[in-house]
Amino acid sequence: MFNQSDVLETIDMIEKEHLDIRTVTMGISLLPCIRATAKETAQAVYDRVTGRAERLVKTASELSREYGIPIVNKRVSVTPVSLVTAAFPEKSPLVGQALDRAARELGIDFLGGYSALVHKGTADYEEVFIKTIPEVLAATERLCSSVNVGSSKSGINMDAVRQMGEIVLKTAALTAENDGLGCAKLVVFCNAVEDNPFMAGAFHGVGEADTVINVGVSGPGVVQHALKFIPEADLTDAAELIKRTAFKITRAGQLIAKEAAKRLNARFGIVDLSLAPTPARGDSVAHILEELGLEVVGCHGTTAALAMLNDAVKKGGVMASSRVGGLSGAFIPVSEDIGMIESASAGKISIEKLEAMTCVCSVGLDMIAIPGDTPASTISAIIADEAAIGMVNNKTTAVRVIPAPGKKVGDEVSFGGLLGRAPVMPVHTGDAGKFIRRGGLIPAPIHSFKN
Amino acid sequence: MRAVVTVSGSDRRGIIAKVSGFLYAHDVNIEDISQTILGDQFAMIMMVDTSESKEDFSALASGLETLGKEIGMSVRLQHADIFDAMHNI
Repeated sequence: MFNQSDVLETIDMIEKEHLDIRTVTMGISLLPCIRATAKETAQAVYDRVTGRAERLVKTASELSREYGIPIVNKRVSVTPVSLVTAAFPEKSPLVGQALDRAARELGIDFLGGYSALVHKGTADYEEVFIKTIPEVLAATERLCSSVNVGSSKSGINMDAVRQMGEIVLKTAALTAENDGLGCAKLVVFCNAVEDNPFMAGAFHGVGEADTVINVGVSGPGVVQHALKFIPEADLTDAAELIKRTAFKITRAGQLIAKEAAKRLNARFGIVDLSLAPTPARGDSVAHILEELGLEVVGCHGTTAALAMLNDAVKKGGVMASSRVGGLSGAFIPVSEDIGMIESASAGKISIEKLEAMTCVCSVGLDMIAIPGDTPASTISAIIADEAAIGMVNNKTTAVRVIPAPGKKVGDEVSFGGLLGRAPVMPVHTGDAGKFIRRGGLIPAPIHSFKN
Repeated sequence: MRAVVTVSGSDRRGIIAKVSGFLYAHDVNIEDISQTILGDQFAMIMMVDTSESKEDFSALASGLETLGKEIGMSVRLQHADIFDAMHNI
């Protein structure tokens, strides 16, 4: 039984500290949709997605109403489309457009899974599929794409890394009138997870059940608020408090996930324990780090503070949920976090520091605007560095950079809404072209051979 | 369904009467009430059972929200499970 202060604490978390369920994401397998032609397949995909997720938005709003907790996003992830269109890869855009129409019909903001998994090698049909990504992202509104180029087990597919540098640049060029918005919907992964509920990197893995509900919780504001009450505590006590707070937040997510799965006749997949910021004030991961005693996120000490935060969130969350998965940790997207935006705008955080931070948290270089004239090989090199961090540390890393067309360091890009705004940050101008052109596979690290 | 009604805002006369009147009119049974006043801030928590009510839960929640606006308070109806989940192991 709970007491009066428990009730008031929960209500304060929701009303004043931005506690919410960040996303209820339905994963849907598209494997039963494969037909003889692209046109028939696209129709089958549209029918299946709109059928399975028909009640997703309605059910989420009922749950939000009953439990009194906001559910910010309702989303769908699907089987990597490259597998569905393997027999006619050049016609993959037909399926992409069908998915975009389905998302619009369902009333959801993003649908993820225009994806390919090429971490050990790129099949011919996958290479053709990947080439379609820029035009599809330019022609659709809600579709998200991801490509997995490496894993701890397989190594890093450097041919795919090279190709993705070019694809990111082309995606930016085709969406130039919106500051390269297409790149905000394109993630390059190492160790991609199959049950991630967060966009833009969500897809429904082939090892998953037919229809699954995955839930992402959030609440950086709640953690920051809790820390305000112990300004002089040592870091052992601070970690303990973060853990307890993460526990409460995750329990709310677990409850919603189980209930949503039941009502939508789907499997309960996982709860993703991530602290996901938004550009709103009071909803920032950077501000948690500053609450711990850093003058500004990006200064020395940031990596240690983030490591502690990320670990404490995981420990609290694991205890709170029967099934944990996804990315589970702290997100550090630059454009989606007011503290990050301010630090980057003031030149107080660099890409190099962000890269160090990705060694200890759950994601990678996320939502970072870079100069529009950055060469493809430099983008590939950024991807390779992040993939190496993920591969060696057995963790997911990702790159979602936006080479903003026509913009230089000091300019700003603005996407609005949850995607936020970001100053264009400098990248190293040294040339990695030869290294990238070598291609091949960076072998998996020795410690991955565990069998 | 076990649910929790919370009423918060500046203290004024007739809050309990208005809220309990609404619940009575919609066949919602009040099982427990507690209240605190901190300065001029009033907070009331009611444990209720909505299973006899003919209204569905969303309609009850909307009705209470509207009542809250009329009396200048924040009034919420939430499933009790959310508090159980967050505060009990």
